[in-house]
Amino acid sequence: MTLDTQFTDQKFKLVGSRPDRPDGVDKVTGRARYGADASAPGQLVGAILRSPHAHAKIKKIDTSKAEKLKGVKAVITSADLPDLTNGNRGNYDILENCMARGRALYDGHAVAAVAAIDAETARRALSLISVDYKVLPHVTDVDAAMRSNAPIVQPHVRTAGGEPSDKPTNIAQISTFGHGDVEAGFAKADKIVEKSYKTEQTHQGYIEPHACLATVGPDGQGELWVTTQGHYTFRNLCASLLGMDIAKLKVTSSEIGGGFGGKTHVWMEPLALALSRKANRPVKLVMSREDVFRASGPTSSTSMDIKIGCTNDGRITAATATLRYQDGAFPGIWGMLGAMTAFACYDLENVQSVGYDVLVNRPKVAAYRAPSAPMAAFGVESTIDLLAAELNMDAVEFRLLNAAKEGTKASYGPTYGPIGIGPTLEAVKNHPHMHAPLGKNQGRGMACGFWFNFGGQTCTDLNIGVDGTVNMTVGTVDVGGARASLSLIAAEELGIPYEHVKCNIGDTASLGHNDTTEGSRGTFSSGMATIFAARNAIEELKSRAAKTWDIDPEEVDWVDGEAVAKGVEHSNLGPLSLAQIAKASPNTGGPIAGHSETVADGAGVSFASHICDVEVDPETGSTRVVRYTVVQDAGKAIHPDYVEGQFQGGAAQGIGWALNEEYIYGEDGRLQNPGFLDYRIPVCSDLPFIDTEILEIPNPNHPYGIRGVGETSIVPPLAAIANAVSNAAGVRMDHIPMSPPRIRKAIKAEAAMHQEVSAG
Amino acid sequence: MANAKGSAFLLAGGTDLLVRMKSGAIDPELIVDIKRIPATQAITKTASGFKIGAGVPCAQLGRDAALVKAWPGVVEAANLIGSDQVQGRCTVAGNLCNASPAADSVPAMVAARAKAAIVGAGGRRSVAVEKVVTGPGRTSLEKGEFIEAIVLPTPAPKSGDAYLRFTPRTEMDIAVCSAAVNLTLGPKGVVTAARVVLGAVAPTVVLVPAAAKAIIGSTLDDDALANLAAACEAACAPIDDKRGTVEFRTEVAGVLARRAAKLAYERAGGK
Ligand SMILES: Cc1cc2nc3c(=O)[nH]c(=O)nc-3n(C[C@H](O)[C@H](O)[C@H](O)COP(=O)(O)OP(=O)(O)OC[C@H]3O[C@@H](n4cnc5c(N)ncnc54)[C@H](O)[C@@H]3O)c2cc1C
Repeated sequence: MTLDTQFTDQKFKLVGSRPDRPDGVDKVTGRARYGADASAPGQLVGAILRSPHAHAKIKKIDTSKAEKLKGVKAVITSADLPDLTNGNRGNYDILENCMARGRALYDGHAVAAVAAIDAETARRALSLISVDYKVLPHVTDVDAAMRSNAPIVQPHVRTAGGEPSDKPTNIAQISTFGHGDVEAGFAKADKIVEKSYKTEQTHQGYIEPHACLATVGPDGQGELWVTTQGHYTFRNLCASLLGMDIAKLKVTSSEIGGGFGGKTHVWMEPLALALSRKANRPVKLVMSREDVFRASGPTSSTSMDIKIGCTNDGRITAATATLRYQDGAFPGIWGMLGAMTAFACYDLENVQSVGYDVLVNRPKVAAYRAPSAPMAAFGVESTIDLLAAELNMDAVEFRLLNAAKEGTKASYGPTYGPIGIGPTLEAVKNHPHMHAPLGKNQGRGMACGFWFNFGGQTCTDLNIGVDGTVNMTVGTVDVGGARASLSLIAAEELGIPYEHVKCNIGDTASLGHNDTTEGSRGTFSSGMATIFAARNAIEELKSRAAKTWDIDPEEVDWVDGEAVAKGVEHSNLGPLSLAQIAKASPNTGGPIAGHSETVADGAGVSFASHICDVEVDPETGSTRVVRYTVVQDAGKAIHPDYVEGQFQGGAAQGIGWALNEEYIYGEDGRLQNPGFLDYRIPVCSDLPFIDTEILEIPNPNHPYGIRGVGETSIVPPLAAIANAVSNAAGVRMDHIPMSPPRIRKAIKAEAAMHQEVSAG
Repeated sequence: MANAKGSAFLLAGGTDLLVRMKSGAIDPELIVDIKRIPATQAITKTASGFKIGAGVPCAQLGRDAALVKAWPGVVEAANLIGSDQVQGRCTVAGNLCNASPAADSVPAMVAARAKAAIVGAGGRRSVAVEKVVTGPGRTSLEKGEFIEAIVLPTPAPKSGDAYLRFTPRTEMDIAVCSAAVNLTLGPKGVVTAARVVLGAVAPTVVLVPAAAKAIIGSTLDDDALANLAAACEAACAPIDDKRGTVEFRTEVAGVLARRAAKLAYERAGGK
């Protein structure tokens, strides 16, 4: 079968409509089964003991008392998870993050786990485990961690991409991107703005905590029911860490109550499997909210220096960014991604961005929706606004003048095809929001954002029932309405009603490997595999029709859900519908199916521009977002409701991040606010209705033109809101979150400076 | 309850008690649920004011037209607690007895000169609300004693009260600081009596007589308001924590007191 992935500008009947999602009724009635909703006969309750120290040597763990407690069926420490990683440092880091191995690297790091007959016994067992710690000096701040005298988090780490050295360091990696000659570029500039920024650490804030039910038998076979964005990845990792065969561990993804990148990694699932293996009973392990904050994977806190220069007529001549991203206690690629995305919106002759990946005594950083891009965009887009103000030029015009376009060499390397940054800026320029009057203490800001998007390994199976309904199995977890979109695509291709398709997320035993639902790839890649699987099934349907008619399959066409015999010589043959062919299938060769196993290449980069109005109470520093508009290129909106949902969700999370959310660490290196009371994600009444405008600039590398839409929407908000708040408060805000105390302090400092200036 | 060997707790709405039990902070031996006692379930209008039974959920306060008219500040404070769901359960007596410095209804009740009707093995007594809480998590109730009702007086003619709190979120949040003002006007809109109370700026709520003094005799002009704010700031003794800095709490307490005073003044009929 030829897999032509080129965009064809096909005319659609169903794609682009807004039917109800197939998982909707289950979700609103409570019937949907999430991570914690599975149970098995004889199941035990798992619980994890966590380090109260930010950094400590574990001298000894005594589990004997816990083991003797009635009702305790297994106690494990790192001794029960031998190192099978065979020199694979990445996997070793995952193993060590799941369970401390001789040293606790952050407040919340797991040190032991138990499985007991009930939660009460498990809790008591934890209190009977005694851990002898030697507390070590710690570091939680990214800038402090880079100093030469900082406590070292991982003694084996040397800087990748840096000067070769034998000295231990917290700088795990330095990544440099760009082109041209920035020195020469700045020399040509009439105006230069240089400014430093900081952002605090935030969590994805998914409402469903990590949860799983693990069963491993003495025969080495196992099952894992788990809330995850990628059950195949979880399977491969868990099997490898525990020394199991991939084929013998079946992982089923539950419904997922939010992930946003945080459920792309294993945290405690290998522990549940190890407990089950030791106890020889099923073990259910559910994180508390406190565990989720302390020991899953939030995003980096950052510290950044941005410098941009331009000519008096508004052309940027050079731009540089130095981006220091904190990775938590294990090396990641977060600074690198920041450096890659920082200037991606612009067409720059001379550009350089340098990303630092820095280790600190905090939980391992994980992906959070367009990971690392929002912070870099905050620095760059704030600086762009400052420069536009210096030029006395409209901030949108200034961006339009410098926006990347087809043929631009991106700052991170590739040359762009058709892209949406210019069109989103044009749409913003013409949007009524941009021209609406502002009230007292109100300010408006806008900003742009970019995300790569990703494709990857994907399979889809499509089975046609004898009644003509279609059962489809995909391997990408549905995190935002993908089952509805994929059903639309299958129905579109087959020419049948949307309601005749049922889309399932297969477990790891029912399909080949599928990459994790990350990088906004779900609808892009499974959409592609679904198109191919449907076309594959159509070939079979046509051949069955040909068989029925006793003509050559080459003489059969597929038109609007029916097989049609071509040519006048067959004008006596009436069309055969999918349902008719399906009904006859037991006698024409058996079940009819289509399938596709593919690597979906050519994910289309995606751009967005956001507009935001805020009102700042100058006396309290309190900010209310009064109006918000998202304009983003979707490539093709298969199901516009869920595209808009993604746009709105990204903006909502960005608003929380920009204004109030932050990890607060004490001097002792302990997280002070591991709960939703003091880690303030916005509630409904904190948000305005978020307006959306979908642009469709087809991705040339997808038959339908799809680009991913899930992540780009969180990239502009920090910057757009910072620009709006700065305009409303009359002072530039350079530290996120812009919490009321920070805004008050900035307003006061600005007032004091003015007083000094006028006094002097 | 007086005879319980271990810790004994009354259960009203349970929105504090159950949360603390779940987090492992307390492990009660005895819990007594008062919600089925009819006497605790009603808001009664009496000759001298209102009696709010200890089991009355805060949502019910907002539906009592007479109470809303008489004490809008107390009601708005009670209706700021948590969310609709929380208000469907929680009580003002529970809010008081939980003894959090940030409890929303307490400053408003103190400003309104509310009294707690306390009952115990030794009989009944009536205590000013500000005398109930002695420190964070601590009350002056004896073992076996509990509050059966909160009693509010009939407001003096031409009076108004108001309560404002500062929270970063619009709801589901805990006051970073708060202020309640209850005042009475004489002829020509001059303030003749006032009570100003601050929350979340000290271990217990703070009654600030100096702030009241700053506005008594005034028509709430800018100078009077500035003096009120200054007196409030001077009365603050907050802590630096994850919810706010000393500087921020102190400053904003003054701002809120000013705004609450204006609101109370309008409600009292002042212009
Ligand atoms: C999600 C959420 C949000 C919240 N938001 C707020 C908020 O915005 N503002 C705020 O102030 N609080 C808030 N709270 C705390 C809580 O809801 C309030 O303090 C509430 O008023 C407590 O009332 P209750 O009836 O539920 O008390 P309970 O939990 O029943 O009792 C609290 C304590 O007081 C004791 N007690 C109760 N009644 C009596 C009585 N009659 N006599 C003697 N002792 C008694 C109990 O034994 C217990 O120790 C919130 C709580 C939650 C869970």
